[in-house]
Amino acid sequence: MARRIAFASAMDVAAERAPQAAVRGPRWDGRFTVLILFLPPALLLFTLFVVLPIGEAAWYSAFNWNGFGRPTNWIGFDNYRFVLETRAFWLALRNNGLIIAVSLAIQLPLALTLALMLAERFRGAVALRMLFFMPYILAEIATGLIFSFVYDGDYGLVASIWRTFGAEPPHLLASTDTAMLAVLIVIVWKYFGFHMMLFIAALQGLDKSLIEAARIDGATRTQTLRHVVVPLLYPTIRLSVFFAIIGSLQLFDLVMPLTRGGPADSSNTMVSFLYNNGISRMRVGYGSAIGVILFVICVTFAFTYKRWFMRDE
Amino acid sequence: MSSTQTSRAPFDPAGLFKALFLAAIAIFVLVPLLATVLGGFKSLGELRVNPFGLPQHWEWQNYADILFSARYWQLLRNSLIISSLAVTLTLIVASMAAFAFAHVRFYGSSMLLSYLTLGLLFPAATAVLPLFIKVRDLGLLDTYFGVALPQVAFSLAMSVLLLRRFFKDIPYELLEAALVDGCSYIKFFRYVTLPLSRPILATVGTITFVNSWNAYLLPLVMLNTDALYPWPLGIMVYQGEYSSEWHLILAFITLTILPTVVLFLLAQKHIVAGLTAGAVKG
Repeated sequence: MARRIAFASAMDVAAERAPQAAVRGPRWDGRFTVLILFLPPALLLFTLFVVLPIGEAAWYSAFNWNGFGRPTNWIGFDNYRFVLETRAFWLALRNNGLIIAVSLAIQLPLALTLALMLAERFRGAVALRMLFFMPYILAEIATGLIFSFVYDGDYGLVASIWRTFGAEPPHLLASTDTAMLAVLIVIVWKYFGFHMMLFIAALQGLDKSLIEAARIDGATRTQTLRHVVVPLLYPTIRLSVFFAIIGSLQLFDLVMPLTRGGPADSSNTMVSFLYNNGISRMRVGYGSAIGVILFVICVTFAFTYKRWFMRDE
Repeated sequence: MSSTQTSRAPFDPAGLFKALFLAAIAIFVLVPLLATVLGGFKSLGELRVNPFGLPQHWEWQNYADILFSARYWQLLRNSLIISSLAVTLTLIVASMAAFAFAHVRFYGSSMLLSYLTLGLLFPAATAVLPLFIKVRDLGLLDTYFGVALPQVAFSLAMSVLLLRRFFKDIPYELLEAALVDGCSYIKFFRYVTLPLSRPILATVGTITFVNSWNAYLLPLVMLNTDALYPWPLGIMVYQGEYSSEWHLILAFITLTILPTVVLFLLAQKHIVAGLTAGAVKG
């Protein structure tokens, strides 16, 4: 009702301000004006700052260039060879794989379990949802700094727990054995709430009659969950996996305050590897080659995934 | 799926397990956050022996020093300027494009829309070096716009999709009637579409704001002058200067995440809807 009133009053205003518009030309003119005025800003910005840079990355990647003047030192595919010969590149790739594995094996089941618990109505459910979602809206930089305190070998929370047991506190972020593990824990801490919210939104949109029907037919709670609710959530699960993988491929901000990708490149992700080796040293050609490789991985993954797993949506 | 039956029972092992599980996760989430806020109230010496508990002696000075420093406010101001630019430009540019895609049928419209949605497929980081060179060649290096414009460009794909889906739900008959009555497309957009779309505009605005407010990589690459740094860059510099004076760093972190948390509590509906919006297929 309120909506309709809003329509009506808005129309009045519009009509009021356009007294002589009835004598305008055919409707096509109006549409043409809209296209001429409304589309170019978006298309221009998008082309200039998103599409062109990707194309230029492919072009620059064929040069040995420090970013000053014009690129002249053509070296063909050598940059790609250099990237693939760097051990740190493969470590970064492995770390991205680890992040994906942890997302699938720990974060996703955790998020799903919590969503099933918190989609029900009980006192405190909404507050818990909000609490679990909170880490997701914090900046990655702030999260990384908070956990570099948690892990700090002198002042941190972990160190304090170690000391109460009389042990010498470890410097988790400073050891090649534990740095990546420490980063992985922060990733779960920060992102499980987002996936939980995805599942809660999906659960609330489910057709309740299907669940009731199963209950009436004598299915137990567990059976209903296992054979009705979870299958109904498959589209959301596929989406959650998609986000987890794309998210892993762009992870950067979180790593910087924690480890900067170190020690000895043991906790680099693809993007922090790109930053440390291309951007911070202004090796435009080499960095662009890493960017192109990352781009190809992302796009290949997105298309394959959509084709294989999300065809029906 | 009712817990009301089970929770009424006098003893319920499943319910107990559930409560314990939820409590454990809540502790896992809360402890680092609380330790950060409280740590800002401790002296460095106390932080070392008592990182978990309440401060024995509340050091208000840590927070006060930061709140009375020009540095803190400058960081917030810079962040606010960049985020406001990004939000305003995104809303204007994206809603115009979304309107054209929603209400005007033209040759190649679906192709152009797919072109825009390519932006969803890869992170800004892949092309950040050429982007840096582009921004430099445009003379925008070390300016607020040099950060905000690429942010707008990268937020366009999602924004246009969300807005277009909402605009499409506005009945077509309404547009036809308006056109017959002599209203132009542009007036319809201004006086009907936009006022009716406040909820989705708020959602898109909030996502863009949070993303821009939290962004690190783009400002890191595009800005060289400390005076222009938004807070994520500023706090990294601060941490570099006070490397092991954790009590100050924790107070600084608390004060910089405070605006985000307040915004979250005020606009949680829009934030949750916006950030999980990709889930609902359009």
